[in-house]
Amino acid sequence: MTAVRRYPVLIALCIGAAFMVLPFLIVAVNAVKSPTEYSQHGPLSLPKGLYLDGLKDFWSRVDYGQKLFNSVLISGSVAVLAAVLSVLNAYAIGIGRIKGRTWVLAFFVLANMLPQEALVYPIYYLCKQVGLYDTRLSVVIVFTVVQAAFGTYLLSSVLGQFPREIIEAARIDGANKWQVLWRIVVPVSRPTIGVLLVFFFIWTWNEFLLPLVMLISNDNQTVSVALGVLQGQRLMDATMTNAAALLGVLPAIVFFLVFQRTLTRGIAVGAVK
Amino acid sequence: MTITVERGARTTGKHQYAGPRRPRPRTSYALFLLPGILAFLAVIVVPFLMNTGVSFTDWSGVGSPKWTGLANYRELMDDSEFWASFRHSLFMVVAMAVVPTMLGLVLAAALFDYIGKHFGSRTAAVLRACFYLPQVLPIAVAGIVWSWILAPDDGALNAVLKAVGLGSLQQDWLGDPNIALYSVMGVMVWVQIGFPLVVFMAGLQRVDPQLYEAAELDGAGWWRRFWHITLPQIRPEIYVVLLWCTIAALKVFGAVYVLTKGGPGGATDVPSYFSFTTFFEKTQVGYGAAVSTVLTVIILVLALVGLKLQTRAEDAEEGVRT
Repeated sequence: MTAVRRYPVLIALCIGAAFMVLPFLIVAVNAVKSPTEYSQHGPLSLPKGLYLDGLKDFWSRVDYGQKLFNSVLISGSVAVLAAVLSVLNAYAIGIGRIKGRTWVLAFFVLANMLPQEALVYPIYYLCKQVGLYDTRLSVVIVFTVVQAAFGTYLLSSVLGQFPREIIEAARIDGANKWQVLWRIVVPVSRPTIGVLLVFFFIWTWNEFLLPLVMLISNDNQTVSVALGVLQGQRLMDATMTNAAALLGVLPAIVFFLVFQRTLTRGIAVGAVK
Repeated sequence: MTITVERGARTTGKHQYAGPRRPRPRTSYALFLLPGILAFLAVIVVPFLMNTGVSFTDWSGVGSPKWTGLANYRELMDDSEFWASFRHSLFMVVAMAVVPTMLGLVLAAALFDYIGKHFGSRTAAVLRACFYLPQVLPIAVAGIVWSWILAPDDGALNAVLKAVGLGSLQQDWLGDPNIALYSVMGVMVWVQIGFPLVVFMAGLQRVDPQLYEAAELDGAGWWRRFWHITLPQIRPEIYVVLLWCTIAALKVFGAVYVLTKGGPGGATDVPSYFSFTTFFEKTQVGYGAAVSTVLTVIILVLALVGLKLQTRAEDAEEGVRT
């Protein structure tokens, strides 16, 4: 392959990549412009200085710190609880090989594919009945189960290939099933469980429909819901919209940089098998 | 992610009878499944059955539902809004499954085969990260970014068009009923493209490099190698990605809520947004339940057919090989 033919491909891909990233850059540029500067020079000019009042205004107006805390609390709890539930389910299916495991697994798979639209009204109704409506706990419970459906599906196949000799050896040494799970199976499957934790966290962070329905009061809303509702009301000017977008994008970029390796490994896990 | 599962599950089946098995009581393992099963009954099975039940009633969410049999479904058949929302779903399938899969294939092959080999895997990884970035973004945030870019008066896209002298192409991207759906589709391609790309690149690592070398020695050009080696080798990934993205496209809600609220004039309404407004704005819970039940049936049928086709294709492939 000659260099003459190589570079056009690289250039084309770089242009494509630039298109993907451009929206982020242009948002960042406009979030630090003052409203007057924006109205005079439009969205394409470079900022004359750092104008941070738009970001500060937005932060205090929507109480963004609280929203971040809610999102971290909900996503973190869901990640841990769903991972625990997935491990328990997968232990019974993948290692215990209980009777009818194919059906149980099919049940989890179908549960994972159900659209939330078919669950949202009854969940809303039932939560109102038991006093869980507009609580963060309700969202944690629902997403723990929804994410565990996927986790069970993935972990069961991984644990199905767990070396039996290790388990047999531990059983001969007198360990019971509970001890085998926590002392052997969980430590050995730590990489897969790590991948699940990261995916559960990010997926829950990004969820929109159910939190939108369940979390009405300002104090309980997540970042996604708060920003989505604000945008839906069409009350923000351009500078504030950009401030909102930038503050919404930043956590995602942080996760992306922190978890990038886990994210790609998670997908690569599939390729190795 | 999904790929693991498909293959993992099949290997489990194969390993099942390997090695001697000691008879041992298996009942106690079922205890570990108990919390999971109970939670699933409470959070998924019961609400789902309730939703299906309600779809046969007339109910506003308060008082007791009135049984009306199939009346809601009969009404759906004549509801042009309902049909329009499903027609828009097909557009979403194109934007979220078909186009990203095709672009993802070309991009993955180019990144893996060209960039990875000639410019180092680091360059390929950085480019891949750029394409994947929108995937980690909450859809509500992506919606805010794009609704500003596509805004008619002071939006960035119109400003760019004006700056390069194409002012005549300026549009009210999300406000014009004739183009709003295409604008949303464009945003969804941007959102979705990273997923197929990353899955396909992971899949390509499996492919034996000798196949490419042999083809290259035989004088096969890039496109021929792409067509005769890359595509057949990562066919399992293509099936999974298509199925997964199609289901995601049928469920799309957040993007429509944030970008257009189904408008203008229902031009971008989709089934999930339609059922949402029917539930919570029109409070016709029975009717909304019927809409979501139809959506569920379509998704489940598609999933079953998709999985069946995939297993059959893989079995056929194995039959050829052995």
